[in-house]
Amino acid sequence: MLDPIIMFFLFGIFAGVVKSELRLPSQVYDFVSMVLLLAIGLKGGIEVAKQPLGQLVPQAGAVFIMGLLLPLVAFPILRSWGRFSRADAASIAAHYGSVSVGTFAVAVAYLTTRGIYYEEHMPLLLVVLEVPAIIVGIILARGLSKDMQWGSVAHEVFAGKGVMLLLGGVAIGWAAGPEGVQSIKPFFFDLFKGILALFLLEMGLITAAKLGILKKYGIFIVVFGIAMPLFSSLVGTGVALLLGLSVGGTAMLALLAASASYIAVPAAMRISVPNANPTLSLAASLGVTFPFNVLLGIPLYYEMAVAAHRMMGA
Amino acid sequence: MNSKTRTLLTIITETSIEQFVCRDIEHLGARGYTVTDARGKGGHGLRQAGWDADSNIRIETICSPEVAEKISSHLFAKYFDNYAMVVYSHDVNVMRDKKF
Repeated sequence: MLDPIIMFFLFGIFAGVVKSELRLPSQVYDFVSMVLLLAIGLKGGIEVAKQPLGQLVPQAGAVFIMGLLLPLVAFPILRSWGRFSRADAASIAAHYGSVSVGTFAVAVAYLTTRGIYYEEHMPLLLVVLEVPAIIVGIILARGLSKDMQWGSVAHEVFAGKGVMLLLGGVAIGWAAGPEGVQSIKPFFFDLFKGILALFLLEMGLITAAKLGILKKYGIFIVVFGIAMPLFSSLVGTGVALLLGLSVGGTAMLALLAASASYIAVPAAMRISVPNANPTLSLAASLGVTFPFNVLLGIPLYYEMAVAAHRMMGA
Repeated sequence: MNSKTRTLLTIITETSIEQFVCRDIEHLGARGYTVTDARGKGGHGLRQAGWDADSNIRIETICSPEVAEKISSHLFAKYFDNYAMVVYSHDVNVMRDKKF
């Protein structure tokens, strides 16, 4: 049976397609995403406390390099086959090299519901993967010009809501430890799926709004929005195997590689690459890739991880 | 009651560039400004304020006509090409004209 949170997402798409007046008030949406980001951070922080730091450094390094390479694969494809301008191609490439926390939250729910173990310090890798694609995207669009305001970009990325809340959650989870967090557990962990359901309802509405825009840009963006995450998930699976992650961790890293940003990257690109069309990249990441990953990608990447581990074991 | 005439400059633009626009207008001589969330429809499509990348703000500042002119031409040169932005101004009567 379909997971109820996925039904909420489909319900949101339906309500959006029939042009219902339904909308989550923006303050409610802000609140819901804050709770999700903090909950994910807290979970990660508790686990980080148990990990030796030496194990995290090579993993973070490998993930960072993956984040640098993915946009470099996407960019020439978008330029030549997609015929996009340099700025648009660079911006879309950056979106696809970076990550989506929303998709990650759905994957957390998917694995947790099925009782599948994954390395719970994944949120840290998520933060690491957020950054490199933005740098590559900006350089692809503008070259290494001296007048680039890297300070503003760094501020936008690191002081932005997303990274701030994730790292804040990690820090609090790490400092408080598993026992300390008990008192806030009912709100952040027990209600996680309910909050996620509300979040996905709004995401469904947003996705539906992007579907209309997609028609304007033709079939290439739809094909790219599905093919690119499939390719990235293979890269993510490979990196996870090299790092010796568990089956659940492999699925998670494949998903992180496959997901496309829709918060941090659009904000950074808007400032640093103003001539890139934000509607185009958001139509791809929210109209195609987010629903693909949520509906089909997550179970697929999990099956891939199972198959890859079986092959490696044999 | 002695009210004086000043110019009210209104800027409707993308939330993503709020900090830059506000810094610019202060730099060009405005003494202060008011920012409110906004949504609507225009050349850049429907802006529903669902989340940050999709939301607009309205910045209002009251200043002398000269400063308003300076700010308008600066915004025109720097932002009009690439960002969703509407700028308009009109005269308003203010108390405490020294404040502006």
